[in-house]
Formats: sequence, structure tokens, C-alpha cells
Amino acid sequence: MGTTAIKEVDKVVIKFAGDSGDGMQLTGTQFTGTSALLGNDIATFPDYPAEIRAPQGTVAGVSGFQVHIGHAHIHTPGDNPDVLVAMNAAALKANLRDVAKGKTIIIDTDNFKRKDWEKAGFEEDPLTSGILREYNLVEAPITSLTRTALEGIGLDNKSVLRSKNMFALGMVYWMFSRPLDYTERFLKGKFGSKPEVLEGNIKALKAGFNYADTIEAFSSASTVLPADMEPGLYKNVMGNEATAWGFLAAAEKAGKELFLGSYPITPASDILHELAKHRHFGAKVFQAEDEIAGITSAIGAAFAGDLAITTTSGPGLALKGEALGLAVMTELPLVVVDVQRGGPSTGLPTKTEQSDLMQALYGRNGESPVAVVAAKSPADCFNMAYRAAKIALEHMTPVILLTDGYVANGSQPWKIQRTKELEAITPHQVEESMQNWQPYERNTDTLARYWAYPGMAGYEHRVGGLEKDELTGNVSYTPENHEKMVHTRAEKVQRIANYIPELSVDGASEGDLLVVGWGGTYGSLLTAVNQCSGNAKKVGLAHFSFIKPLPANTAEVFAKFKKILVCELNNGQFVNYLRGELPQFSYQSYTKTQGLPFRVVELTHAINKTLEEK
Amino acid sequence: MTVETLEYTAKDFSSDQEVKWCPGCGDYAILKAVQKAMPLIGRKKEEIVFVSGIGCSSRFPYYMDTYGFHSIHGRAPALATGVKLANPDLSVWQITGDGDALAIGGNHFIHLIRRNVDINVLLFNNRIYGLTKGQFSPTTNLGQKTKSSPQGTIDNPFNPGELVLGANGYFFARATDTNAKAMTEIFVEAEKHRGASIIEIMQNCVIFNKDIYADYTGKEVKLDHQLHVEHGKPMIFGKESNKGLVLNGFKLEVVTIGENGITEKDILVHNAKEEDATLHMMLAKLQMPIVTGIIRSVKSDTFDQRMKVQVEEVERKSPFKSVDDLLVSGETWEIK
Repeated sequence: MGTTAIKEVDKVVIKFAGDSGDGMQLTGTQFTGTSALLGNDIATFPDYPAEIRAPQGTVAGVSGFQVHIGHAHIHTPGDNPDVLVAMNAAALKANLRDVAKGKTIIIDTDNFKRKDWEKAGFEEDPLTSGILREYNLVEAPITSLTRTALEGIGLDNKSVLRSKNMFALGMVYWMFSRPLDYTERFLKGKFGSKPEVLEGNIKALKAGFNYADTIEAFSSASTVLPADMEPGLYKNVMGNEATAWGFLAAAEKAGKELFLGSYPITPASDILHELAKHRHFGAKVFQAEDEIAGITSAIGAAFAGDLAITTTSGPGLALKGEALGLAVMTELPLVVVDVQRGGPSTGLPTKTEQSDLMQALYGRNGESPVAVVAAKSPADCFNMAYRAAKIALEHMTPVILLTDGYVANGSQPWKIQRTKELEAITPHQVEESMQNWQPYERNTDTLARYWAYPGMAGYEHRVGGLEKDELTGNVSYTPENHEKMVHTRAEKVQRIANYIPELSVDGASEGDLLVVGWGGTYGSLLTAVNQCSGNAKKVGLAHFSFIKPLPANTAEVFAKFKKILVCELNNGQFVNYLRGELPQFSYQSYTKTQGLPFRVVELTHAINKTLEEK
Repeated sequence: MTVETLEYTAKDFSSDQEVKWCPGCGDYAILKAVQKAMPLIGRKKEEIVFVSGIGCSSRFPYYMDTYGFHSIHGRAPALATGVKLANPDLSVWQITGDGDALAIGGNHFIHLIRRNVDINVLLFNNRIYGLTKGQFSPTTNLGQKTKSSPQGTIDNPFNPGELVLGANGYFFARATDTNAKAMTEIFVEAEKHRGASIIEIMQNCVIFNKDIYADYTGKEVKLDHQLHVEHGKPMIFGKESNKGLVLNGFKLEVVTIGENGITEKDILVHNAKEEDATLHMMLAKLQMPIVTGIIRSVKSDTFDQRMKVQVEEVERKSPFKSVDDLLVSGETWEIK
């Protein structure tokens, strides 16, 4: 590992950036996987263009992957990179403003010719113009070094160029004293059937590692020691993957077969892909002809006795609205996952936002209440998918699970949960002992009706979208019955509050300011609140996983603080919901709609400003 | 709460709900024919599911004492697909109309057929919108004046049979609401056929499109204007059973036996099981006579069976026996 001493650092943020065909997502996930195995705490943030191959060498085509690794506990992918790897001039252009002076920038000088920097939008050569003077700049001809290293193994030029990301990864592995074996194992799995490609990649990786060791550009290698994590078995998970597993676990625990009806949409498709891999658990994965068929097939499967789910993103949820109302009317268990992205319309398909909250709560005709829950981190997607399924099956209601592009594509270490540790799920089905069962008779505690489905003899019945008689479920146009059913459906969803965990508070549990958030912003908010807790002022964080209904103790928590600041990635949807639900409190709002997560520094400014205001 | 016997009669399938179609509506005859077919299909009541969309015809499930789902406009094919995939052992029936299946639900309709999901689809084609009171539908005759086309429609109509065959359908039949016996027979055959079975029923809307099929179903004309095909039998029709179909070049032609040297041997014999749908398409398109009966019935794999087989196969091969096996798989590390 060279001759220089290894410096220990507490945490480090690395951003890999290059053309969308340069393999930056893979490079980033490899660094992540290796560091996870070393026991670091981790958060990642992939950031890529909506186009599969945007014009080469342009800022629009830059694909990036940011990874934050820590000996200390970390909750976000980091505001600013400590190390930026820029594979071309466009990658530098796109990311330079995020890198603080004095930090390290590694560039592939082979892609900084005049045509490259012009295409990237620089007015003069960034390498000579002086704009990089105050950085620790590492100029490495990565492309040509890769070519030299791979000479003679018989790889075509295209494959040689494709290996340069491994060279860059090798360099960063040396910088942070990471072993190569995790990536070597990965490459063997991926290219096992193409020996020359495998050899090329491994050679490039090692060449990059040795190159970094040889040149004197780095004063020393650093390392990030393992984090102080709770004992247990861990693995690195992405949000969408964890969502899929949560449903598989729920189906097994509930003794139900899993049905997914879905239509591909960014950034939700990975849930479909992941479940399609696991048909061996009996998962019936149906790629429908459109979003509407995705949800209606799921409603059909729910009617026939399956744990039914459908997955989508904002525009798809809009298309599913009418069918969701049908699930409300027929009171069938159904989970709808909305992996939120920037909107309206097609909006920002690959960028994150929390702007579907109102759509989830109210985006249907008529009085149409559904339960709404949200995941706060990639690993939490497992819990919330499981929880959403449990609520749906036990309360006979559709549930919307909101995640977002940031949580769905981000990854973090997950302490693996075994299914036996998970709370039981008891579907609310008819029981043999029931006398003269009626399709819409209800459990007096939860108000859930009793599920009976085809194949069960003696329970033949009809459901549908027309208003139901409160007991028989037959079509009813009686005015009083409709009003009663409207109230009953609302009350049924409200009573879920008696079965979900209470709202907890991080930081101060009473005092000057309560920061309020929901969903995928948890990591940023927690980091910001922790940073502000050194102040004389007392700051707490109430982060909501359960949105409709709100946890039963919400008002109690709010009452303990002088001020409430609601932070969210939209134009103030949750704050307006709270103003309606709990109007006795006064709320301030801090929002951001740039398609990007909160930076911690933005939040600490907002928090401090709110504290200072009279 | 059990019905153990399979000795059902049509009455056993009648629910306690009052039937609310207009007096004289063709839907009554279809309901009766379905209730008559049910005891003949050999399925227990609890294994039968009727799924519908929106429209007059879609009230149908309320009148059947089986499991039923009156869903939303156009989406019944997708909903029924979910029912069938959840439990492939069920007998699933979709009730739909020309607006529900061919306008708002056109996409789901063709994809149900493309996938060949084992569902029986009864398409009540009255060539008009009834429930919304008299607008033209995708099957309304070109130029017809309706509430929403006071100067006459300028839309070319669909022929449902062409859509079914164009989407690679394996079963297509046509019936009239005036021939109860033929309907019941076709429904029983549709249930026997594995895959999407589409039955177009020429149904009379007495309020908004009265007698639209009179030229086919009227007592005086029906024998001359309808050709009821049966597999393996020559395509002969007419009051005197002396008319038949022959191929003239690439076209079907009506000929008379005994004229121009035509004998019964010259008449085409119907082969519903022929994989090549060319002739079936010609029969579906023929306007005079109109062809009723089972035009196409070809065996093929079904989507639901393929899915079942695939799931069972991967179950056998998978190293994961429980979700826990999956969760602890891959690269993991232990913190002590």
C-alpha cells in the first residue's frame, strides 16, 4: 500500500461523474459495495439524465454517482464532494460549483481537448484558465493509460474505452485504502463468459490502483474506519429493491400470494424488475398494457384473494385515480406505490420531488379516503412496504406508499431483518363461525369489512363501483345510506391511527423549534437538526412515516414547541395538509423544488433563521 | 352456507336482485341463455366470476348468483385478468358492450386477446350507447343519426370480429339475442375453449336503436340473411337450404345450389379449427348473409397457464425456499 502513512478520516464524499455511457453508476455502486463490506456507514445518490444516451460530451449527458462513507453515522449522500472524479470536461462543468476550494478533483486529461471543453460550455481551457488553481487537481490521462495497460490482450477499441471507469475506480480505491477483491468478484460474475473483457477490466482496475500509488499527486492514502453500527448482519440495499422485498415478506407472513400489476415508469420500474426475479416465491408479476390495467388487474387479484400491489410514479398515479376510487368503494386490500419524481406532467423523470402528496391524499373523484404512508430512507422502504401491506390486509383499504427518486435509487446499509422478527399480518377474512355473513358487515373496532373471495363456497357476492348498501353491499341510492357510507369509509381510514406507532421526536422533545418533515428527506433533516442542536436553542425533529391518518399523538408533540417549521421538497403540500388537520398550530414552511434533495447547509440556514426570527 | 350439489338448474344462478333493464331489451334473453348455460359447464357456483365494465350490459353481474364485479368503464378485461391470474382455477366471464369494449376499453380488449387469457367475453353489441341515452358507438353504422350525430356519423365503424382476429384471437363466435338455443350452446363451447373466447352478441336496444338488426333477425328474413356455421359442415343457408358460400378468387361468394351447375360438394366446409385465420376473417366481415356460430376455435397456450408453469418452474429451481433466504443472500457483513 505504498510507503506513505495512511491517514484516518471520519467521513468522505466522493462523486464519480462522466458521460452517461461511461459506467459511472457501476463505478459508484462498486465503491459503495466495497466500503459497505468494510463496515462503513453509507449513503448514495445516483444522478443521471432521463435520456439513455444524451449527446456525448455535453452537460446534459452527464451521469453522476455520489457516495458518502463514514466512520461516523451519516444520513445523507453529502452536500459537497471531497473528491470529484471527472471523466470529461462536461462532468467537470456540471459539478465544479459543488466542490469546495481545496478539495480533490481527478480529471481524465484525455477528454479535455479544445473540442471537449467547448462542447461542455467552457469559454477557455479549464486546465489553464486558472479556475482550478485552488483545488488539489490530479491530472491523469486515464483513457490513454487504460489503452496502454490493455495493449495486447486482444480487446477491441470500444471495449478498451469501456474499461477506463475501472482505472478511475482503481485510483480511488488506492486513495481510500480499499481492497480490490469485492470488485474482482463482481467482474468475474458479470464477465465470466467473456474472458478477455474480464481480463481487461481487472487489468484496468489494478493499473489505476498502481498508478495512484506511483504518482506523487496524492500526499497520502486515507481510510475511513468502520462505523459504530449496531451488531447484526448487514447488506447494502437500494430503496426500490427494499420495497420489493418488503412485499415478499408481507405476502409470506400473511400467507397470501403476491400479485403485482404494473406498467414500466421511471423511477419505479426497478420494483417491477426485482419482483419479476422472484417468481419462485409464487409472485405473479404482470406487466400490463398501461397504468390503468396495472391497477385494475391488481384490484381483480385482490378480489380473488391475493396480496395485490401496483407500482408507479406521479403521472401513473394520475391515470390510476379512477380505479383507486373503485378500490375505495369495494373496500379491497391494495397497495399503490408511487415513487415520486418532479412534475407536473412528464416533469423531471429522473429527479426527485415530494410533490405527489396532495394527489395521493385527494386525487380522486368523490369523498375517497385512502391511507397514505411514506418511506424515509432506502432501507426504510422495506419496513414501509411491509407496513403498507399489513394495513391494507387488516383494514381492507387501499394504501398509497410514497417513496421518491432519491430514496428509490439511493442505497444504504441495512441491518437484515428476519421475517420472524416482523409483526404478524392477519388478513381480515371471513371466519367459519360467522352467521349470515353480509358482504359489508364490519369489524366494530376497525370498521373493516370481511374479505370473502371466489373459491369460498357460500360467500358468493357482487361488488362494484356503485354506492353500496351499508350491510348487504347491494346497489343503493338511498340518500341517508350514501351519507353514512361516506362517513364510514372516512372513519375506517381514521381508525388506522389506533394501530400505527406514535410519532417520535429526534433531538429535543420540547423547546424552541420543531422541524417537521415526511418521507425521503429524513436523512438531511436529521443531520441538520443534529448540527443545530449545539445551539442554546432546543430543536427537535418530528418526521412522519404515517400521513393519513396522522399518528394519534401528533398534536401532543406539536404542542411542546414554540415554533414549527415544515420542510419538504414541493411547494408546501404537507404544511397545508397539517393546517387543515391541526389548525390550532401555527406553521412555517421551508420548501425546495429543484429536483434535488435538501442540502444540509440549506436546512441549517433555514432552521437558524427561524430560530432568530421573533 | 354450502351448496354441495352440482345438480344446478338455471334458477340457481339467478340472484335476489330485481333485473332493471328496459322492457323488451335483448339483455333479458342473454341473461336467460347464460343462466341456462351455467349448469352445463360443470363448475361449482363459487368458482364462477362475472366481471363487467360500465354500460347497460355491465349491470349483468348483479343478476347472477355467483361471484361478481361491476367495475369501471372499459377496464373489465384487465380486472378479469387479475382475477384469473390470482386463481387460474376459476371460470371467469366478462360482460361488456360495444362502447365499453371497443371505445374506452379498446386497449384492454385487444391485449386480453393478444395474451390469450382464459376468459369468456360476452360482447353485447347494440351499436349504440344506451346508458348515456343514445349517442353513437364505435359500431354504429356510418351516417346514422343519433343524439350526438344529428347530421349522421362520419366515423367508420369497427367490426368486432375483425378486431378479435386482428389481435390474433383464437376463439370468435357471433350470436343473436333472438336465438337463445344457439347462445347457450356457444357459451358452453366458449367455456370449454382454453383462452380468450370472444362472443359478439347482436343485441337489440329497444329504446335507442330499435330493430337495428331487423334485417338479420326478422322472422321473414332470418333464414336468408343469416348463415349459422358449424365446424365440419358445409356453409349452407336459406329458407330452402339451397344457398351456400364458395371462394371466388380471394372473395367469398353466395351461390345457389342447383344453379350454374353448383352442387352441395362445391360449397365450402367450415373449419373453425384452421390456424390460418384468413377465411375466418372473411366470414367475420361478411355482411350479407351475416355469419353466426363459432367462426374460429383454435387450440393454443393460454397466458394464465404459461404464468403458472413459469412460477412453478422457477420455484423448483430456486435456491431460495423462504424470504429469509433471499434477505441474507448476496454480499453481507457481520457487525459484532
